[in-house]
Amino acid sequence: MSKVSEAEVRAEVREWLAANWDPELSLVEWRSKLADSGWGMPQWPKEWYGRDLPHGLVRAVEEEFASVGAVGAAKSGVRLLAAATLLEHGSDLQKKKLLRRILTGEDTWCQFFSEPGSGSDLAGATTRADLKGDFWIVNGQKVWTTSAHHADHGLLLARTDWDAPKHEGLSYFVIDVKQPGVDVQPLKQMNGHASFNQVFFTDAKVPQENLVGRVGDGWKVAMTTLAHERRGVDAMSALPRSGSPKGRIYLEERAETEKANQPYTWYPQRAGRVDLIIERAKETGANKDPYVRQEIAKLLILAKSADWTARRARAAQQQGRPQGPEGSLGKLAGSHVARACSRVHTLMTGTDAMLTGRESPRDGIIAEILVSVPAVSIAGGTDEIQRNIIAERVLDLPKEPRFDTGPFRDVRKN
Amino acid sequence: MATAEGYDPAVWRQMSEDLALPGIHIPEEYGGAGFGMVELCIVTEELGRALLCAPYFSTAVLAANAIMNSGTDTQKSALLPDVARGARLATLAITEPDGNWDPASIKLVATPEADGYRLDGVKSYVVDGQIADLLIVAARTPRTVGRDGLALFALGATTGGVERRPLESMDPTRKIARIDFRGAHANLLGSLDDGANAILRTLDQAAIALANEMVGGAQILLESAVDYAKLRVQFGRAIGSFQAIKHKLADMLLEVELAKSAAYYAAQAAAVNDPEWPALASLAKASASETYLRTAIECIQIHGGIGFTWDNDTHLWFKRAKSSEVFLGLPSYHRELLMQRWGV
Repeated sequence: MSKVSEAEVRAEVREWLAANWDPELSLVEWRSKLADSGWGMPQWPKEWYGRDLPHGLVRAVEEEFASVGAVGAAKSGVRLLAAATLLEHGSDLQKKKLLRRILTGEDTWCQFFSEPGSGSDLAGATTRADLKGDFWIVNGQKVWTTSAHHADHGLLLARTDWDAPKHEGLSYFVIDVKQPGVDVQPLKQMNGHASFNQVFFTDAKVPQENLVGRVGDGWKVAMTTLAHERRGVDAMSALPRSGSPKGRIYLEERAETEKANQPYTWYPQRAGRVDLIIERAKETGANKDPYVRQEIAKLLILAKSADWTARRARAAQQQGRPQGPEGSLGKLAGSHVARACSRVHTLMTGTDAMLTGRESPRDGIIAEILVSVPAVSIAGGTDEIQRNIIAERVLDLPKEPRFDTGPFRDVRKN
Repeated sequence: MATAEGYDPAVWRQMSEDLALPGIHIPEEYGGAGFGMVELCIVTEELGRALLCAPYFSTAVLAANAIMNSGTDTQKSALLPDVARGARLATLAITEPDGNWDPASIKLVATPEADGYRLDGVKSYVVDGQIADLLIVAARTPRTVGRDGLALFALGATTGGVERRPLESMDPTRKIARIDFRGAHANLLGSLDDGANAILRTLDQAAIALANEMVGGAQILLESAVDYAKLRVQFGRAIGSFQAIKHKLADMLLEVELAKSAAYYAAQAAAVNDPEWPALASLAKASASETYLRTAIECIQIHGGIGFTWDNDTHLWFKRAKSSEVFLGLPSYHRELLMQRWGV
């Protein structure tokens, strides 16, 4: 592949946008053009709706889109994780059938990995898939599934071989969520929201062609999905668009965004809302209490240092240096910040912290912080798992002895 | 460490003559290497890691910065070249027997007299005060209070009216002294107008340099604890395979990295004169103090019984962590200062 310069790419995308961008198109019409031209995901391969553009130049394309106010390909939810996994492990048939509708936003995706019995120990999954004729028949239960209630397809990790060792008996499928054997139930959380679902599979059917990778490769394929999940968080920052967004396409996009963001309205509160600390100290008068001042200072020192540590990690990455230990620490640091925030918000709020909803400070936001923070140290890998990872991979400490080797059939179940 | 001087003159000569470290941040026109706070802090981080016993913090960090922050060009030309090449040991006397690090609490009086000032009062906790050739003293002019009338003064340590007494310090790697001034003749550094600012600036720079020294020490304690956890076997397993130890070490790593980030960021902010840098000095000092001490405590804990013995060197870093926690002001003092500086 010949090297292209940023100026060339900018000129090319500008010309294409001038010829094609029209805010009066429907979302799907416009995104079909994006998929066919490759400008929706220019870093993807040419044969699969991309342009083989180096990752370093994607930002330039996004900037050109933003400067004319053009809408991008659909990127919300699990769809890009599904796409990345299929690009790496999927068959040509799967890519042909599924990738385009991911980009146009016509299909929504969800991820069936966690189970009630396997959270931290994901490979302990016991949802089973048994091959009968041309179909895999799925039975079992998944949990913590965001958006399952309006998803079309799910990424499913299921056990296909009970005699193989734990990690080798899993397979990876694309399952049609809208079928009789799949029952989606909302799961109400301790903060009152129901952002996730539990999903019951009773003789649900998956055609053989929907197996991703080979039988027994499920763990390896799932690792691809999870690696993209970890990497993706930073990359999802949308650029502000210039100009006043007028046109049919923006209305459709807004509705789509609202639907996609609906499960996440409490996520800022889950992280503790450190941004509110100084304002609250002043409005509650807590800034006059020497004890609270100390606690505020401790919290802000922690939060600032966590931020600087993340910046050190990014700087190392940008300079092409191997990421130092600072890279794997962010998640754990985030838990500490959130918990400290919750403690300090309580200190500053005092007895009002007994209230919730509209009668409580900041229209319920403070109360929502207090009942949402416990999620941070659990979701996406508990603090304890993070500590194991840091200790074993960064500090190179010896692993725990294992009790789950040998045929999975004989392993004590979760 | 074991000598009364508290350092090895041969090593100091090497640091000064071969490596030119005491003057790393001193401008070239005054005989230094012409670098700044970031480079100075790289040196203190390494010295903290090695727990080097040398009059570096007193001479290069405290005294040299005090002279640069207050002295006239003539005074800088007269004093700094000898400091830069390590030929003249120097220190800064700020705190008095009440142990208060707020310059507003200074009582030592500088009274104008012919050709200078006479100093009367007592300084304490003066780092390397027993070996310094040159003393920089923070004092106030008669009948002033608070930050008014504060200034820095310079005098030779053997000047008449100066009486030095080494204090028995818990940290054997950082010697401290009490100095009595009874009519000792001294010269004003710079002018009387800007004394408080020069003192505060010097203390903030010192807090950042100390924070970097502390994260160097914390880092090697962490490494020592990790190495030992891999080596030490109990119940048929390396103790580092137990989650109780693993998780403690992961927490230590996180804390050390956070403190490092703060120390590095503060050094950079001071180097570019970011308006927020004095607040960040307090932030970095509070963070590194807590981290260094906690890392030392946990390092001893992971070593178990052997960690509490004199033969195991961990106690030397523990004692440096303890003295550094208090030196230049406790974490709680700096947290309060941080809040004030942030306008909360």
